[in-house]
Amino acid sequence: MSTKLLFKDIDEPGLATLDVYQRRGGYGSLRQAMGMPREAVLNELLASGLRGRGGAGFAMGKKVSFLPKGAMDIYLCCNADESEPGTFKDRELMQKNPHLLIEGIIIAAYAAGANKAFIYIRGEYQLQADILDRAVAEAERAGYLGESILGSDHALSLVVHRGAGAYICGEETALLDSLEGKRGNPRLKPPFPANQGLYQGPTLINNVGTETSTGTKLVSVSGHVRRPGNYEIELGIPSREIIYGLAGGPPKGHEIKLWFPGGSSSPVLTKDDLDLPYDFDSMAKAGSMLGSGAIIVVDETTSVVDVAYKTAYFYRHESCGKCTPCREGTNWTVKMLERMKAGEATPMDLDIMASVCTNIIGHCLCVLGDAMAMPIGSMVQKFRGEFEEYIEARRQESALGTVDPEPEPVLIQGAAA
Amino acid sequence: MSYQVPRYAHGSRVPGWDDSVDLSKDPAPVPDPATTYVPDELRAEIEAHMAKYPDFRSAALPALFAAQRLHGWCSPEAIDQAACVMRLTPGYLTAVATFYDMFDTEPVGRHRVYVCTNISCSLLGADALYARMHEAADGDPDFHVRHFECLGACDIAPMASVDGTYVGPIELDEVDELFDDVRNGRPPLPRKQLANRPLAETLPFEEDAE
Repeated sequence: MSTKLLFKDIDEPGLATLDVYQRRGGYGSLRQAMGMPREAVLNELLASGLRGRGGAGFAMGKKVSFLPKGAMDIYLCCNADESEPGTFKDRELMQKNPHLLIEGIIIAAYAAGANKAFIYIRGEYQLQADILDRAVAEAERAGYLGESILGSDHALSLVVHRGAGAYICGEETALLDSLEGKRGNPRLKPPFPANQGLYQGPTLINNVGTETSTGTKLVSVSGHVRRPGNYEIELGIPSREIIYGLAGGPPKGHEIKLWFPGGSSSPVLTKDDLDLPYDFDSMAKAGSMLGSGAIIVVDETTSVVDVAYKTAYFYRHESCGKCTPCREGTNWTVKMLERMKAGEATPMDLDIMASVCTNIIGHCLCVLGDAMAMPIGSMVQKFRGEFEEYIEARRQESALGTVDPEPEPVLIQGAAA
Repeated sequence: MSYQVPRYAHGSRVPGWDDSVDLSKDPAPVPDPATTYVPDELRAEIEAHMAKYPDFRSAALPALFAAQRLHGWCSPEAIDQAACVMRLTPGYLTAVATFYDMFDTEPVGRHRVYVCTNISCSLLGADALYARMHEAADGDPDFHVRHFECLGACDIAPMASVDGTYVGPIELDEVDELFDDVRNGRPPLPRKQLANRPLAETLPFEEDAE
């Protein structure tokens, strides 16, 4: 595609070093921005529709204007936790082009007036964190970070903070708790982080990706496709083109049963939805969401119950346990799915599962519970027949299937004969 | 109904939640620097981390990583040492260490092999890979093979993180080679490492996938 902004020549050797990045015009936007007054940068961010060449970290204009005015320490956090199953686009960006992210952060910090910035990267991404560490050190030596950046009076320190393997820390307030050195539990909102965030100071939190409804979008395609990977697309192209055109579709002789359009927390879609344009509005209209932009494709060889079990198991494991609906609801759902696999479930379990899901949604501090409830609920809704067949097949295979189905007539006291 | 819920000796259905603590004792105080031995390099590393943040508590995660690297796991001794440098109670750091998956609060093998068994990987056979990995480790105390939630590398599914290095897609018959590499101190399966993988668009379609 000719419209690549973020992934243009990303495999160029040495792009992770400052020399190559600068030769390609890197840090040019920063120089330009630092030459302007702060308000002008902010206006530019707002006016540009947030799709500057800076890419990562640049999509911040609107949020910046929510920060309170006045002399105080403002913090900037870049959320690179990226633990949503199926999502791996930030990884590729940080690994191959770390300076792009750093440049975006410096510009945003300048616009927001922040003097302390953090990149919260998940602990499993050791390679990427090492690359970022090196890139930050390079940028410091070159004078892009530290006291008086490029001769201006703006100072910025950037710390790469490594998480330690907790999905919940991708939630913005849990991320702040984790960054403060606590267990990563979400906080009650309001107060929103823009007012009281890190160390109780105003904080700007942004994801690595540049997500706007007008620019390009990175999507991660995985699962049953012939060429899984990250692709940069124009929003609004048909989903079929991404799954079949770019990622090659499922292996020959197989067809798609269901797919997650936006990571494992988005409600699933079926093969009938493949012709929908891939953008925010169409996905919302189809009852799903674009989410993290991670497409997971499942073909007909896998049972929907297995997919549901893997999804629910993940959220049970990652629930922080602070709010009861999520802590208990995820656990119940897993137990019911285990019963189905063991052949001990009844079709009533499907109704209980659906009611658990509706009781989670909207009743917790963060959306982790919702993120399990939405896909599971949509699977039960769209594949109920398959669930019931599965339950019956497993029941007949199991020990319960051999039990004589005709029980002894029970005499109920007081009932009419 | 004669069926009884199995319970542990302490009366709970949850294992060991109060096994390790004696409730009649006071909580452990901040370790006394005069009597707590802390290796110099650990102290220096933790103090460097503490200096990076506006609030020293933010260094809890890096400090625990440092202590774990030195001791092999977050042992009570390791946590005491980190707590001594940070002037926090061991309870605070234990609470943090038990929350995060990457801190081991029980002794484990020095080679950590995390096998991703989440959706994308399990669609492509991660459960079989996990079983095969256990077989290959064969009770070797040097290896800590565990399944892990999505490691963020679904493009190389099924994959594993071997001492922090992402490797994939791993075929079942490559597992022995992988363990051989690790046992002999070589980088694990270099041809399959994520670090060497170009952008997906430049790769050919996989034709012979199952």
